[in-house]
Amino acid sequence: MITAERKPLEEVKDLIGEARNVLVMGCGTCVTVCFAGGSREAAELVVSLRMATRLAGAPREITETTVQRQCEWEYLDEARADVEQADVIVSLACGIGVQAIAERFPDARVVPGVNTTFLGMPTEHGIWEERCAACGECILGITAGICPIARCAKSLLNGPCGGSEAGHCEVSPDTPCAWQLIHDRLQRLGVLDVLMQPQPPKNWKSSRDGGPRRIVRDDLRLAGEQE
Amino acid sequence: MTANPISEDGSLSGSRLERLLRAGHFAVTAELGPPQSTDAGVIRAKASLLRGACDAVNITDNQTAIVRMSSIGAGTIVLAEGLEPVIQMTCRDRNRLAIQADLLGAYALGMRNLLCLTGDHQQFGNHPTAKNVFDIDSVQLVQMVTAMRDDRVFQCGEAFDGPEPRFFVGAAAAPFGGPVEYRPYRLAKKAAAGVNFVQTQLIYDVPAFGRYMAKVRELGLHERVFILAGVGPLKSPGMARYMAKNVPGLLVPDELIDRMTEAGAAWAGKPAEELTPQDKKARAAAWKAEGIRICVELIGRIREIEGVAGVHIMAIEWEEAVRPIAEGAGLLPRPTLEEAAAS
Ligand code: SF4
Ligand code: SF4
Repeated sequence: MITAERKPLEEVKDLIGEARNVLVMGCGTCVTVCFAGGSREAAELVVSLRMATRLAGAPREITETTVQRQCEWEYLDEARADVEQADVIVSLACGIGVQAIAERFPDARVVPGVNTTFLGMPTEHGIWEERCAACGECILGITAGICPIARCAKSLLNGPCGGSEAGHCEVSPDTPCAWQLIHDRLQRLGVLDVLMQPQPPKNWKSSRDGGPRRIVRDDLRLAGEQE
Repeated sequence: MTANPISEDGSLSGSRLERLLRAGHFAVTAELGPPQSTDAGVIRAKASLLRGACDAVNITDNQTAIVRMSSIGAGTIVLAEGLEPVIQMTCRDRNRLAIQADLLGAYALGMRNLLCLTGDHQQFGNHPTAKNVFDIDSVQLVQMVTAMRDDRVFQCGEAFDGPEPRFFVGAAAAPFGGPVEYRPYRLAKKAAAGVNFVQTQLIYDVPAFGRYMAKVRELGLHERVFILAGVGPLKSPGMARYMAKNVPGLLVPDELIDRMTEAGAAWAGKPAEELTPQDKKARAAAWKAEGIRICVELIGRIREIEGVAGVHIMAIEWEEAVRPIAEGAGLLPRPTLEEAAAS
């Protein structure tokens, strides 16, 4: 899933500025599961903003809605009426949702209510960890199903570096060394010899380094036309 | 390993360090940290402390992610001072374009030795908010520069039109990094990538290093790669304890920490605030003398290990220590190239 963290209330207030009609829009998918921007968090933000408004004494209308997925036009369209009467929309979706609103509603002012953090998963109650950097050329097949691009602090393809000690990465005792994990799992699977072969430089072109990415599936496009 | 040598002794780079090693001399390298300023005088002063005390000197590259004068810039000054530099190059601050471009320049300026490093993460340096690069890693860097030399191609595969850079290619080795059992194989990987020499992390635990080297010999790596053991003088018991606890991949036996503590025993009775400045100076001198003694002894013991081709003396911000250490270990005077050619 895409994970996110709520922005501090002060920052959200600054982003809203003087706007009179505020719409807080939650998203029912990833950010709901990571407790950052679902309907519950949207309701909480509305309560906090209303309280702040009352203290400030300036009249302000704050409403809330949550759509199933802010990153798809169909779901966004369901909220069109709310969006059109708002002076500002605080989107609690990931950065994709925020941009989807901006794209779908050219006249709407939209600000992010969360910081989109990474692609990851919950590992314990209340803990999420990064797992993938969407590099566009997945190498999990040679790294025992553990991603060094996202999980090694230096994205090494030939780790571990000299900073690996007692299982953790040089950046923090709380960060497991991805290459220690890869080593241990390759060993367990009996294919440690994979680590003897130098891996060539990665083609970062398929990653963000190649510029904004786009997927075109002609088969689906054709099928769509025929429907 | 002898692909396309440029001299009769099989030297690939013509570097003094390479030729001495190939002639079978026990090599001595040292380290010079460039200043956090434009002060060339600092480099000249350090160079004069090291001249004649070692065969080549590593010029660090933004070590510990703190901005300093560039390795190649400082290396040019070192070269003019009559010392042979080993240019350190990390993958943290430059992508493959920048690295290759810098290396063309370095070679044109007369540098012949290169140490390929991954680089410390920037988070503990003085620009922790920087974006890091890590386009390639140290193993890929070794592959890239050996291919530039032996196959005369850039990383992209394009052939050189003019003369190619011909470096004596080194890398680091961390015998006690995690996972320890993998470390000899990691050296094998660097050997497969084409590395010519390695300098190890600081060795204080000689038996543990001996076990690493036994595995290295079993893999035949000592015959493919010149292995320079990293050594360095302890400055104080506090520094020894700090390193033992905080530096990844570094083992400092208690016995050495005790010896350092013992060296300051004469001043140990008094609380720190009662020590006069002279006391503190005398204590620091006693510690440093013991640190140098320990380092000399370590070299003696490390030299006995089969497959060790030299030592890399790391006396960071204490370049004065290198000469007495080399002297004490019986490594002076350093051989000349004529002697290397004759042997
Ligand atoms: S290799 Fe790339 S695609 Fe695969 S998990 Fe890692 S970042 Fe994601
Ligand atoms: S310690 Fe491990 S995870 Fe951290 S940078 Fe080095 S190889 Fe990567």
